[in-house]
Amino acid sequence: MPPRTNHLGLARNEYKGRPSTLCPGCGHDSISNQIISMAYELGLEQHKIIKVSGIGCSSKTPAYFLGGSHGFNALHGRMPSVVTGALLANTDLSCIAVSGDGDTGSIGMGQFKHVIRRNVPFVYIIENNGVYGLTKGQFSATADEGQFLKYYGTNHMPAIDLCLEAVIAGATFVARSFSGDAKQVQALLQAAVRHPGTSVLDIISPCVTFNNAETSTKSYPYGRDHEIPLHEIQILAPDYVDAKEEITIGDYDEGDILDVEMHDGSYIRLKKLDNDHDPRNRRLAMDVLERSMREQIFSTGLIYYEEPRPTLADTEELVETPLARLNAEGLRPSQAALEGVMQSLMVG
Amino acid sequence: MAINAQTQSKTLTREPVINDFAFSVATKNGSGSQTSNNVLVTSLFRMGIPVNGKNLFPSNIKGLPTWYTIRASKDGYTARKAITEIVVAYNDGTATEDVSSLPPGGVCVTTDKIARVINQRDDISYYEIPVAKLMRQTKVPSAFRKLVENMTYVGAVAQLFDIPVDLIYQVLLDNFKGREKPARMNHDIVELAYDWTAENIVKTDPYRFEHMDGTHGKIMMTGNDAGALGAIFGGVNVVAWYPITPSTSFVDGVMSFRHLRQTEDKQNTVAIVQAEDELAAAGIIVGAGWAGARSLTSTSGPGISLMSEFAGLAYFAEVPAVFWNITRMGPSTGLPTRTSQGDLLFTHFLGHGDGRQICLMPGNLKEAFEFGWKSFDIAEALQTPVFVISDLDLGMNNWLSDPFDYPDQPINRGKVLDADELQSFIDEHGKWGRYLDVDGDGIAYRTVPGTDHRFAGYFTRGTGRDEMATYSERSDDWVATMSRLRLKMDTARGMLPQPIVDDGSDADIGIITFGTNDEAIREARDWLTNDGIKTNYLRVRALPLAASVSDFIDAHKSVFVIENNFDGQLTQLIRLEHPENISHVRPLALGDGLPMTPSWIYENLKEQEG
Ligand SMILES: Cc1ncc(C[n+]2csc(CCOP(=O)(O)OP(=O)(O)O)c2C)c(N)n1
Ligand code: SF4
Ligand SMILES: [Mg+2]
Repeated sequence: MPPRTNHLGLARNEYKGRPSTLCPGCGHDSISNQIISMAYELGLEQHKIIKVSGIGCSSKTPAYFLGGSHGFNALHGRMPSVVTGALLANTDLSCIAVSGDGDTGSIGMGQFKHVIRRNVPFVYIIENNGVYGLTKGQFSATADEGQFLKYYGTNHMPAIDLCLEAVIAGATFVARSFSGDAKQVQALLQAAVRHPGTSVLDIISPCVTFNNAETSTKSYPYGRDHEIPLHEIQILAPDYVDAKEEITIGDYDEGDILDVEMHDGSYIRLKKLDNDHDPRNRRLAMDVLERSMREQIFSTGLIYYEEPRPTLADTEELVETPLARLNAEGLRPSQAALEGVMQSLMVG
Repeated sequence: MAINAQTQSKTLTREPVINDFAFSVATKNGSGSQTSNNVLVTSLFRMGIPVNGKNLFPSNIKGLPTWYTIRASKDGYTARKAITEIVVAYNDGTATEDVSSLPPGGVCVTTDKIARVINQRDDISYYEIPVAKLMRQTKVPSAFRKLVENMTYVGAVAQLFDIPVDLIYQVLLDNFKGREKPARMNHDIVELAYDWTAENIVKTDPYRFEHMDGTHGKIMMTGNDAGALGAIFGGVNVVAWYPITPSTSFVDGVMSFRHLRQTEDKQNTVAIVQAEDELAAAGIIVGAGWAGARSLTSTSGPGISLMSEFAGLAYFAEVPAVFWNITRMGPSTGLPTRTSQGDLLFTHFLGHGDGRQICLMPGNLKEAFEFGWKSFDIAEALQTPVFVISDLDLGMNNWLSDPFDYPDQPINRGKVLDADELQSFIDEHGKWGRYLDVDGDGIAYRTVPGTDHRFAGYFTRGTGRDEMATYSERSDDWVATMSRLRLKMDTARGMLPQPIVDDGSDADIGIITFGTNDEAIREARDWLTNDGIKTNYLRVRALPLAASVSDFIDAHKSVFVIENNFDGQLTQLIRLEHPENISHVRPLALGDGLPMTPSWIYENLKEQEG
């Protein structure tokens, strides 16, 4: 039987990258798999995507998915600036970027906040394992206060919640998930790539080598036992109007279903699971995050969503043709233009 | 042998001195003297007198002393002069010092109030302007008075040294972009002081300005503006920066010329992003260069320090981007508003591990413009970062120049393959790899994101890789990469701007320099020639060094490398490239924060040569 193909006639295999060199069982590999599936399911064209990352085990993963796309494994903590430049150079590209909790929460905190503030439209995935995997298991800034690790002892500092930081910085799409929850990761990825703003996905992604003890909130056993999704997520493509019309949009009190309309006309359908979360409400989003932290509840799902602000390229009022594709005429003013400037600088 | 500091005087005559003297205007920072000084320089320029203005300002917004030196030279010398014959002493805090630095026969223009507190000398002329009294006579609203007070010295100077007062009005009008109200308000003060001076002061000095034809067809501009204009004509697409003296006005320049690249419906082809720091600025331009745009940042020492990790990555990953280093005095925060050539070695070797960065060193306005556009062609042709090393003196001061030449070469985007070209490449060579050097010049072919071909994508990284851009930790792959990068740098030597050489004489003495010392050296060489000392001259304009530097060194018995840094950095670089004994090559290195003067070069060279 020939392999199943998507609407571009491509098999899922075509979206793979090189074989992973991460530890077998590493949470990061599951996320790469979901990225591959997402691109395959949506039938994305690989040449229109760039993959950018910082440094870390997590940041290595762009080599392991979308082998047909250009990738840039940049510097520790500096992925956001590289993405900013690349997407200004070519506004036709979309970007899937991967970072780690060390890469974003410590060395890259400044760039993380500022790329969100600039509203560069890309998917910002943080593969959050609570440790520095690549440098062999030091605590990261997302490690729980009071956590004990055999080699490094007890972490006495409070954890930084990257979703909270993202909301405060002005992100218009903020989600938390668990790499063990393939279905949810898939749905969130599909929504995030459609969002024309910085979409932050903080995915708890266990490091099986350095931080997978049951007592760690970033471990597989803990995640499997404690994950409490805020909702079930389904993505309705723009042409999926019929199903959508059966329900009242956005009136949360009237039912268990909340449809969040996205910029491109698609809907994120959230089936409420025993809670009152409405991701369009910033106050509620921050409450959920703060309560989760305080009470150690592993809440996942779409935490915050907002109609996107103008992107950086919008505010720069750039020409439609990507800057990288301008021809010589678009790059160099005429000789007369230079002479005009020279005249204006001469003796009257 | 010790090298003297830049202080010395020259005896003066009582003969009339026309269009050949300098003055220094001492004021307090933030007092609005910038307009007054600009008006003076521009007026002289319009009188046809070759002129040059240099701002020696403090790192401060308001209150600290600031000096502006203006040199008029009928012979067209525009280097800073070691002594100024005239001082406008408008800062009570420095007036005594300002007056004591005058040569015998010098002139002090000051206020009546300051005159009371300075130590009077009997060998100079004093002209005291009753500023408070004059200001009381004006109709200028009191809120503006402090701002326009400095126009009193413009009026006095105009009367004393013969600058037409109606010309000053025209210049003021241009300065305020044609708005009559502020121009009138300032000019009222100028006229008041002008008239008062005419009635009350008896001129006892020999200095005068006179119309001449020395600036016809010339332009006046700062180097930062010239470089920015060059970047606009070089097709810059993405500018990312973080404010820092003295580079900020470079980006201001790009902003002011950006309209030249707008479409008819006012859409931009140049994005300008003020980043959160210089690390991000570097990341943004590296990302943009990687994605196929022409990108630029402008910074100075502290910013360059932060950019070093990205500079190394871009060098190794072979990403084009242009970095302007408008050098100020370091190390550390150093003297943030003083000029220096002290970042030469750091910039050339920026990044850890092996490797060297391409550097271009403009010496004047025309080159700032030329390297402004050419830097992109070089960066893309060589697929590497290019550092343009300018300095505060060129960047922030007004310079006189012939108009700029329109780029004489078409835009060169280097070896970039589009989808069809990529297919042809694969047909011809059997495969394409990002780092496959099929031409043998060390430069491989690249694709940019968005290229619609299934083999166009590749993975860029700072880690070890092979020709196909695949991760590799193999020693032979690593050595092959480094060898090719070195080959690429050798290819670069021939592609970069070559030195400017004047070796027409059979002189034993050769002078080597780079950057903005050029004007001071030109003048000093003329003085030396008058003394019967012949010299030849080579000005380096790019790193890695051109082969002709070696020939020049070999052709002279004694070679002086004149540079405005403390350690003699160009000398060190030359020695590094010449393992053989070249003890006849010696530095004349200064690095005192000020633009070099001809007299310093003249005296020290004579002393060293013995
Ligand atoms: C400037 C710099 N400092 C330090 C390092 C070393 N380093 C590499 S990865 C890493 C931490 C990675 O942690 P994280 O981002 O959480 O990724 P993980 O490996 O856990 O997926 C560090 C500190 C570096 N590469 N660059
Ligand atoms: S060390 Fe941890 S994070 Fe790194 S690959 Fe192994 S399991 Fe994954
Ligand atoms: Mg980590």
